[in-house]
Amino acid sequence: MKIAVCIKRVPDQDVRFKVAPDGKGVDESGLKFDMSDFDGYAAEIAIQLTEKAGAGEVTVISLGPDAAAETLRKALSMGAHRAIHLKHDAHVSDGSAIAAALAAALKDGGYDLVLTGRMAVDTQNRSVGAHLAALLELPYIGAISKLDVDGTTVKARRELEGAFELVECQLPAVLSIDEGIARARYPSLKGIMAAKKKPMDVLPAQLGAVRYVVDAFALPPEREGGRIIGEGPDAVPELVRLLKEEAKVL
Amino acid sequence: MSNILAFAETRLGKMRRAALEAVTAARQVADQTGGQVHAVLAGGPGVGEHAAALGAHGADVVLVLEHDGFTHYNPEALAATLAARLGDGYRAAFFAASAQGHDLVARTAAAMGLPYASDVTDFAVTADSCSVKHPGFTNKVIQSFSLTATPAIISLRTGAVLPKESAKAGAVEAITSAIDPASVRVKVTATEASGGAKLDLGEAPVIVSGGRGLKEAGNFKLVEDLAAAFGNAAVGATRAVTDDGWRPHSDQIGQTGRLVNPDLYIACGISGAIQHLAGMRTSKTIVAINKDREAPIFKVADYGIVGDALEILPVLTAAVRQAKGS
Ligand SMILES: Cc1cc2nc3c(=O)[nH]c(=O)nc-3n(C[C@H](O)[C@H](O)[C@H](O)COP(=O)(O)OP(=O)(O)OC[C@H]3O[C@@H](n4cnc5c(N)ncnc54)[C@H](O)[C@@H]3O)c2cc1C
Ligand SMILES: Nc1ncnc2c1ncn2[C@@H]1O[C@H](COP(=O)(O)O)[C@@H](O)[C@H]1O
Repeated sequence: MKIAVCIKRVPDQDVRFKVAPDGKGVDESGLKFDMSDFDGYAAEIAIQLTEKAGAGEVTVISLGPDAAAETLRKALSMGAHRAIHLKHDAHVSDGSAIAAALAAALKDGGYDLVLTGRMAVDTQNRSVGAHLAALLELPYIGAISKLDVDGTTVKARRELEGAFELVECQLPAVLSIDEGIARARYPSLKGIMAAKKKPMDVLPAQLGAVRYVVDAFALPPEREGGRIIGEGPDAVPELVRLLKEEAKVL
Repeated sequence: MSNILAFAETRLGKMRRAALEAVTAARQVADQTGGQVHAVLAGGPGVGEHAAALGAHGADVVLVLEHDGFTHYNPEALAATLAARLGDGYRAAFFAASAQGHDLVARTAAAMGLPYASDVTDFAVTADSCSVKHPGFTNKVIQSFSLTATPAIISLRTGAVLPKESAKAGAVEAITSAIDPASVRVKVTATEASGGAKLDLGEAPVIVSGGRGLKEAGNFKLVEDLAAAFGNAAVGATRAVTDDGWRPHSDQIGQTGRLVNPDLYIACGISGAIQHLAGMRTSKTIVAINKDREAPIFKVADYGIVGDALEILPVLTAAVRQAKGS
């Protein structure tokens, strides 16, 4: 099975972000970067599928600046076989434009499965997967938390609010990966050594039209809060009073 | 004046609150731009009974698609039908940023080759401009965007617009699927409750959430009891808890789980990791019960109690029951 996994390089989220001086992005100085969480799960699933089959190939692809090569290299060290780096320096917020570039690079690849993350954890757009499927003219199942590939049949589970649904389609297909399916493995030392020799094609990104553009970034107002009203069960009457009289939620 | 479309989400014949939020948002825009609101209501036979509620919330026309092939969510046929409709010159379209809405809005926009604005908390749509806000970077940054494509396709974060009555004609018009609903490549074969909260986390005004501090799965009974005492509460959990299988994944709140903003959020035995806060810090009032005075959850809590949740919960449950007179 030939699998492509779309991987976005994003800042580590465990920080307090600052707005960049131009007001249109986050200040990237001092930030660490890694693959977006869901893309890590997607890469893991792809590698597991080829390991289980004892055959197949995983291609990882990323659109981004020079540094995206480092993120692709990490996926190669996890066990992906080859990489495609679509070079583009500026941040793009329009998922349809990104998908056009990814589709142009993937369309003649003969992939049985194309995986994306459910969303990029930086922009939280959730649009690239569906756009990619439409451009590749393939069936699409979004945000799946379980995957079973049986011959050419894909069986997937999607989490809903308080419920789930089971969804089927045939390969080839585009799937976007939710949490719960797998955790991304840590690259082994052997994997890291092997990744250095794996092929990485570098191509210019053929972005589509950009019609969703950043006007401004801002930080949400800080919550006031941090008020401890008491200790142990004795504090309950005061809590109930405050919920009734101050917060008016009871 | 071009019209505004709202997608009325249903699940197994029931209409979701998100449907009324989408119609209310569409009404707000139509009132300013002068167009009509068209609500699309799709499902199996009988789904048309919800048309009246959509009219009451501001739909001038309810386009009803009733067909066996739509009993379960039929993503490809719905997206094709909506894309065909929207191609007829609408100014904007509103969907819910729910599990179904996220899926459908992306497919519909993709079928039209258009970008869309996802998970929007605030919007301004005029005849010739559309600007939106949507949280990013684990909800730690508010991003403002301009969407220059027409129609402006938007999915609304739960609670960004609250359902508001505004009676309009709600004229019912039957429509058919743009493609044969049986000929689709992607088929939903089952829709089942996941055995978690009875009230949906996205819809409940109160959420009682438990973390690893509850010590074992059985102690979630205390959380459920408190939720039951409120009567309008859902039960949530941290990833520590869903990972250990104490609660279903669908109950998880946070960066990679549900994003919620209830009137009242009660965190029991939850440390307040950044990924959890990402899903609930916009709640109107936050209560935290934690035995560690230094736990980060207290930094966002309006009211904190330091102590053992296993001791405090039963007392709180009794007090809430009394306050509610139940
Ligand atoms: C990529 C990524 C995504 C993630 N996404 C999410 C997400 O969506 N949602 C999420 O919740 N987490 C998420 N996490 C995990 C998150 O980092 C934390 O590990 C998790 O939220 C911790 O859960 P907890 O508060 O239940 O457990 P802990 O952090 O172990 O906290 C337990 C708390 O209970 C308190 N306690 C112990 N005993 C008692 C008692 N008897 N009474 C009262 N208090 C007590 C302790 O003082 C402690 O503060 C994510 C992590 C990563 C890396
Ligand atoms: N620049 C990019 N390069 C490669 N893949 C991307 C890029 N942006 C988004 N994706 C993929 O699309 C998914 C959804 O992203 P988004 O629609 O931006 O939330 C991500 O999880 C990635 O799999």
